[in-house]
Amino acid sequence: MSWIDIGQIDDVPERGARVVKTPLGCVALFRTAPEEVFAVSNTCPHKAGPLAEGIVHGNKVTCPLHNWVFDLNTGQAVGEDAQIDTYPVKLESGRIFLDGTALGKRSAA
Amino acid sequence: MKQKLVIIGAGMASGRVIEQLLEHAPDAYDITLFNAEPRGNYNRIMLSPVLSGDKTYDEIVTHSDAWYAEHGVTCRFGEKVLRIDRENREVEGENGTLSYDKLVVASGSNPFIIPLPGHDLEGVIAYRDLEDTERMMTMTEGNRVVVIGGGLLGLEAAAGMAARGADVTVIHIMGHLMERQLDEAAGYLLKKSLEEKGITVRVSANSKQILGENGKVRALQLDDGTELPCDLLVMAVGIRPNIALGKEAGLAVGRGIHVDDQMLTSDENILAVGECVEHDGAIFGLVAPLYDQARVAAQTLMGEAATFVQKTLSTKLKVTGCDLFSAGDFAEGEGREDIVFRDPARGVYKRLVIEGDRLVGCVMYGDTADGNWFFGLIKDATSIEDMRDTVIFGPAFQGGAQSDPLSAVAALPPEAEICGCNGVCKGTIVEAIQAGANDLGAVKAVTKASASCGTCTGLVEQLLQVTLGDDFQMPTVQPVCGCTDLCHEDVRRLIKSQELKSQAAVWQELGWKTPNGCHVCRPAVNFYLLADWPLEYRDDPQSRFVNERKHANIQKDGTFSVVPRMWGGITNPGELRAIADAAEKFGVPTVKVTGGQRIDLLGVKGEDLPAIWADLNRAGLVSGHAYSKGLRTVKTCVGTDHCRFGTQDSTGLGIKLEQMLWGSWTPHKVKLAVSGCPRNCAEATCKDVGIICVDSGYQVGVGGAAGMDLKETERLLDVPTEQEAIDVTVAFVQLYRESAKYLDRPYKWVAKVGLDWVRERIMDLEERRRLIDAFELSQTIYRKDPWAEHADKSRDFAPLADLTLEAAE
Ligand code: SRM
Ligand SMILES: Cc1cc2nc3c(=O)[nH]c(=O)nc-3n(C[C@H](O)[C@H](O)[C@H](O)COP(=O)(O)OP(=O)(O)OC[C@H]3O[C@@H](n4cnc5c(N)ncnc54)[C@H](O)[C@@H]3O)c2cc1C
Ligand code: SF4
Ligand code: FES
Repeated sequence: MSWIDIGQIDDVPERGARVVKTPLGCVALFRTAPEEVFAVSNTCPHKAGPLAEGIVHGNKVTCPLHNWVFDLNTGQAVGEDAQIDTYPVKLESGRIFLDGTALGKRSAA
Repeated sequence: MKQKLVIIGAGMASGRVIEQLLEHAPDAYDITLFNAEPRGNYNRIMLSPVLSGDKTYDEIVTHSDAWYAEHGVTCRFGEKVLRIDRENREVEGENGTLSYDKLVVASGSNPFIIPLPGHDLEGVIAYRDLEDTERMMTMTEGNRVVVIGGGLLGLEAAAGMAARGADVTVIHIMGHLMERQLDEAAGYLLKKSLEEKGITVRVSANSKQILGENGKVRALQLDDGTELPCDLLVMAVGIRPNIALGKEAGLAVGRGIHVDDQMLTSDENILAVGECVEHDGAIFGLVAPLYDQARVAAQTLMGEAATFVQKTLSTKLKVTGCDLFSAGDFAEGEGREDIVFRDPARGVYKRLVIEGDRLVGCVMYGDTADGNWFFGLIKDATSIEDMRDTVIFGPAFQGGAQSDPLSAVAALPPEAEICGCNGVCKGTIVEAIQAGANDLGAVKAVTKASASCGTCTGLVEQLLQVTLGDDFQMPTVQPVCGCTDLCHEDVRRLIKSQELKSQAAVWQELGWKTPNGCHVCRPAVNFYLLADWPLEYRDDPQSRFVNERKHANIQKDGTFSVVPRMWGGITNPGELRAIADAAEKFGVPTVKVTGGQRIDLLGVKGEDLPAIWADLNRAGLVSGHAYSKGLRTVKTCVGTDHCRFGTQDSTGLGIKLEQMLWGSWTPHKVKLAVSGCPRNCAEATCKDVGIICVDSGYQVGVGGAAGMDLKETERLLDVPTEQEAIDVTVAFVQLYRESAKYLDRPYKWVAKVGLDWVRERIMDLEERRRLIDAFELSQTIYRKDPWAEHADKSRDFAPLADLTLEAAE
C-alpha cells in the first residue's frame, strides 16, 4: 500500500461527497458520518451517472440519474445485479488517505 | 536488596501499578512517587459527582496519606519532575535529584486549550483536576458559564454547574453532541434532555475569540458575531498525551510515548502507562485499558511475562441524569447493516450495527438496561443469526415485541393540535371517541376535526385505532417510504403539532426505522421543515437532489444546464450579449430557447458552474431555478404595452409576481402565466396559477397542468386590482407550501383538499394576510440568488484531488 494524503475530512460535507481524479477514472469520496469515509468508483454501471452527486443515506448512495442504490461498504447495488469498485481509504487525525497502489499509481511520490 | 523504583505521576494508572506490585511483590522495590498535583491518587472520573455535589473529595480519594505511609511509599507530592537523565538514571524534581533502577512514566495528559485570542485570560479553565472542579463549584445562581466542547467532559461540566444553579451554555462545533460516541439521533435526544435541565446548547457553532475586561474573561464571541457573556469559560475540547518529559529525554514518541506490549519504552529501564502512552498506533482516554496496562507493567517490573492487548471498548457514558450507552464499532467496518428501534413515547433510541452474523456496535439512549448484554454479544462475537429479527429488543424479549407504528401518535400530549383548520387538539378527539364517536364520520361531526382540508384524516384514524384498539379497522395508508409507516400528511401535521425543528427530531419523535432516512424521505422532510420553520431550521443541501444542490439541471452525460432568469420573459441586448459571451467562453455546445420564455445553456461542466454564474451575475442575470421545486417561470404576453387587445399590463404584473415569488421553495415546481386578454397568448389556463386580464380586472385561475396530465385551471377568484391579484397569488402559493404533500403539483393538492376549502381560506382576509406575512417572512431568507452565493465557492465544485497528474510524468 502507498497512502496518499488527499485532503481534510471537512473538505467533504457530512452526508456528501467529493470527486478525486485518478489514473483509473474518477473516484467518489463519500463522508457518511463525522468520521466515516468511503472511496468507490464515481461511475454508475447503469448509464454512467456521477455517483458523487447522489443523496447519501446510512452507508448508501442513490444515483442521481435513475435512483439505483449502492452499498458503499461492498459496492453492491441494492436489488440489482451490479457492482461498483471500492477502494481502501483511511482517516488519520482529520486527514483522508487513499491507497495509490490500488488506484493504479506507480509511486506515491 | 530492594531496587529503586521511581514513578512520575500519581494518577489512576500508576495507582494501579503500585497496588499490583504491593500485592504480588511487596519486597521488590523501594517506591518513590512524584506528583505535580499537591495530593495523591484520587478517582479522577468521580470529579463530576464532586462537581454536582453528590460526593465530596474525601469520598473519591483512592490512596490516602495513611495508605502510602503504611505501604512505605515515599511521596513527593506537589513536586514536578523537571528532567529525566537516562545516562545517569536520575530524575530531577523541583526539590532535588533522585536515582532510579526502574522508572515509570505515568504523566497522564494535558487538556487541549484552543489558542483563541483571549485564551490566557483569568477565568478560562479546562476540566482535568480538583482545582478546576473547585473553581467550577463556585458557579451558582446568578453566574453565567460557557462551556466549549460538547463531548463527555464538557457535558459533565455543564450538567454539574447547571445543577448548582448556574446559567450554562454549551458551544459545540459539530452538528450534534458527542459525535464520536453517538449518532445523530442519540445526539438529538441528549441535547433535548440537557435543554430540559435548563442548559442552552448550540451546535454547529464556531468560537472566534474570548473577550476580557481587566484581564478577566467577559464573554465568548462566535464567528457569527454573537456574544455570550460569562463569568467562567470552560474548555473541554480534548486531551493531548503529556509526553514532554519523555520526548526531552530522547524516548521514542509519536502522539504518545511509544511502548511495546510489555509497556517498556525505547529505554529498557523505563516503562510508561496511562494516557501518556501510544501503543500500536492507539492512544487512550478511558480507564479500562489503563488498568490492563498497569497490570502488565507491574508484571514486567516483577520479571514476569505479560502482554497488553487492546480490546473493544464499551463506554457506559454517564452524563448526569442522561441514560446513554455506546459500545464497539458503529462507525466503521465492511458490509454492515443497521437495525434501528425508536420509541418516541419513552424517548428511547437503539441502534445496532451488524456485520455478517455478528453484532459489532451499538448505540442506545433512554433505555440502556440491555447495554451489557449487547456488549457481551460484541465482545464474544456471538452469532446472532437465529435472533436477528428480535435481537434489538434485548434478552428479555427474544421472540417478542415489534416496533409500533402508532407510537408517535400515542406519544402526543393531549394539547397537541391535530386539525390545523379547525384548531382541534388530541384531547378533544380522544374524548369524543371515548364518548362514542367510533368512526371517522362521527369524529368529524362531533369535533370538526378533519372536516375541512382533510390532511389530518390519517392522524384522526390513528387516534381511533389507539383509543379503540382492534374495534377500529384502520384503512391502509401509503407511507412516505420504507423508513416510516406514516404518510406525508401525517408527517407534516406532526412536524407542526410537535414543533419538530430538525431532521434528527423528526426521525426520533416519529419513529424512523433507518438511522438517517433515504433519498425519498430526506428531501421531503427537509422541505417540510424549512417551510414550517423558516427561521429555526437551516436548509440541508445534502438532503436535496443534485439539481437543487448544484443549482443546475444534471444532464445524461453528467454535465449541467444553466438557465438565467428572464423576468416575465423580458430581456435586453446587454443580457443577451452576456449570455452569448458566456456560451462562447465556456464552450457551451447547445443554446436553446425553452418552453418557459428564456434561454438554456446546455452542456456546462460541473466545475465551470461557479465561473459561468459569476460572469452572468456581472450582467445582472440571476438563477432561473430551472432545477428547483420552487418558482420556475412567469410567462407573460406583451399586454397593453404593445398589443391592440391588451386590457391590463400583463407583462408588468408577470414581472412583479416573479420578483415576489422567486427563490421560494415549494412542494413541487410552480409555474405562472399572465395573459393580457382572454385570447390567452401566455397559455395561462394550463399553469399552476394563471391570470387572465379583463376590462374589469383580473381572473385568477389555479390548478392547471400541461405536463403528464392535462388540466385547465379553475377560477379561484376575480379581483379588481393588480395588488389584489398579487395578494391572492402569494396567499395561494403559501397555502400550498403549508399543506401540500411533497411532489404534489398544485392541481393534485387542490383535488385533495378541495377548491372550496382553498377559496374559503383565501377570501378570509385575516387568513390571507397571515399567509402573505408567513410567505414574506420565509422570503427574507430565501429570496436570494443562489448563484451569487456559490459563485466564489469554485473549490467545492472542483475535484478534491487530481492523482492523474503525477502519474503522467
Ligand atoms: C428546458 C425545458 C424544455 C425546453 O427545452 O423547453 C424543460 C426541460 C426539462 N423538464 Fe420540463 N422543461 C421545460 C418546460 C416544461 C413545460 C412547459 C412550460 O414550462 O411552459 C412543461 C409543461 C408544463 C408543466 O410544468 O406542467 C414541462 C413539464 C415537465 C415535467 C412534467 C411535470 C408535471 O407535473 O407533469 C417534468 C417532470 C417533473 O418535473 O417531474 C419536467 C422535467 C424536465 C427536466 C428537468 C427533466 C429532468 O429532470 O432532467 C428537463 C431538464 C432538461 C435539462 O437538462 O435542462 N418537465 N416542462 C423547459 C424549461 C422551461 C424553463 O425555462 O424553465
Ligand atoms: C472529569 C473527568 C471525568 C472522567 N470520566 C471518565 C469516565 O467516566 N470513564 C473513564 O473511563 N474515564 C474517565 N475520565 C478519564 C480518566 O480519568 C483518565 O483516563 C485517567 O485518569 C488517566 O489516568 P493516568 O494515570 O494516565 O493520568 P492521570 O490520572 O491524569 O494522572 C497523571 C498525573 O501525573 C501528574 N504529572 C504529570 N506530569 C508530571 C510531572 N512532570 N511530574 C510530576 N507529576 C506529573 C499529573 O499531575 C497527574 O496527577 C475522566 C477524566 C476526567 C478529567
Ligand atoms: S419533454 Fe421529456 S425529454 Fe423533453 S425536456 Fe422534457 S423531460 Fe426531457
Ligand atoms: S446511471 Fe445510475 S441509475 Fe442510471
